[in-house]
Amino acid sequence: MSKVRLLVGTKKGAFILTADGKRKDWKVSGPHFAGWEMYHLKGSPADPNRIYASQTSGWFGQVIQRSDDGGKTWNTPDGVPAPTPADFGKGVSNKFVYEGEVGTHKWYDGTQHPWEFKRVWHIEPSLTDPDTAYAGVEDAAIFKTTDGGKTWKELPGLRKAKGNLWQPGAGGMAVHTILLDPKNEKRIYIAISAGGCFRTDDGGKTWKPITKGLKSQFELPDPDAEVGHCVHRIALHPSKPDVLFMQKHWDVLRTDNAGEQWSEVSGNLPTDFGFPIDVNFNEPETIYVVPITSDSLHYPPEGKLRVYRSKTGGGEWEPLTKGLPQKDCYVNVLRDAMAVDSLDQCGIYFGTTGGQVYGSADGGNSWNAIVRDLPAVYSVEVQTLP
Amino acid sequence: MIRVALPYHLRNLARVESEVELEVASPVTLGSVLDALEARYPVLRGTVRDHVTLKRRPFVRFFACKEDLSLEPAETRLPDAVVNGDEPFLIVGAMAGG
Repeated sequence: MSKVRLLVGTKKGAFILTADGKRKDWKVSGPHFAGWEMYHLKGSPADPNRIYASQTSGWFGQVIQRSDDGGKTWNTPDGVPAPTPADFGKGVSNKFVYEGEVGTHKWYDGTQHPWEFKRVWHIEPSLTDPDTAYAGVEDAAIFKTTDGGKTWKELPGLRKAKGNLWQPGAGGMAVHTILLDPKNEKRIYIAISAGGCFRTDDGGKTWKPITKGLKSQFELPDPDAEVGHCVHRIALHPSKPDVLFMQKHWDVLRTDNAGEQWSEVSGNLPTDFGFPIDVNFNEPETIYVVPITSDSLHYPPEGKLRVYRSKTGGGEWEPLTKGLPQKDCYVNVLRDAMAVDSLDQCGIYFGTTGGQVYGSADGGNSWNAIVRDLPAVYSVEVQTLP
Repeated sequence: MIRVALPYHLRNLARVESEVELEVASPVTLGSVLDALEARYPVLRGTVRDHVTLKRRPFVRFFACKEDLSLEPAETRLPDAVVNGDEPFLIVGAMAGG
């Protein structure tokens, strides 16, 4: 029987939740890296035992961790689990240095400010090679490893896509989403809060903004600007990689031509502000969002935690409430904290800033709290295992 | 031997349970102790000071003999009591406040 493994990053450590294909009885492992902010963990599609993790601290900076046994043991990728300190870590795998002239981006006061590496928000392993992965970082840039995370090199072309005009929002300026096109290995999509959405068609050498159709009248002086839109999350279905769905600061949108033109599909959502968006693994036009009251009120409307599902690729939405708190609930769901498995009956998972991880084994019709009392959840990924 | 006390999270990263002891050639300075620490425990590179600029991370502090040396330049000589091993050199995570 298939199994699922949830990789949960929280404000105070990482947790691994496992269950069989029924997804009823869960085992909880953790905290791993207790006390550290675990921004993201993700397994390699090419080797599910290979998991990359971003471990960060406001005090002590960035550490990259890697497991080669499905999360049982971990080591920095530049070392081996040896007893001697010179061998178990070389202090290289956490070295993220911008390529060439560092350059500047727009600062809060309108002046130009040098790029400064702060942390890795998201790691996206290659679809085919366990040793290759991409890291989305703050200040916004994308790095690549081809040696299993031992060393990281920036793909500097991204910051040449009008990077001097990107300006951080209150939450920081980071590459938080990286989508690899399963049908075209040269094509990658990325999204940046307060930066926008970008695409490369040459494996990361050059990038272009893909923001036509986005409108940000409350966030930008020019609502139709090419860069600067606060894209919160984008998602695609592997069978239709030219179709992207977006949760923007305000508005839910879709594109059917790889980002050349976007159109709003917020439809009857109670609010179109939110963070995560994801696509049902078995139904490419079934998508999920979690509406949040507003940019000023980061909790669900009316204290009711509702996932909204559209089976029409947006436009028409239905609330999913069974098993979710419908009163006095004031948690948020962050952008990287939703994931779907690839079982026949698609499982949907999301974590909250209140430390709950909810799961649905029936496409969202009903939900259960897998755990309730973790630290604030930053990210949720799921692996479907044989 | 120079005794260096690390904060909890860095002890975990370095896989040590208490103070570490380092051989550091004279003159013993702030910078030479950090160099020796990173040479002995390379996994700590980037966690106390920046990889490239070698600037102290903003929320890391250096104390010795009841003095805050955090803002002193790297070539600052450490007190004799630290050089003699009578007192530890403290690497501290700044208080979060609250």
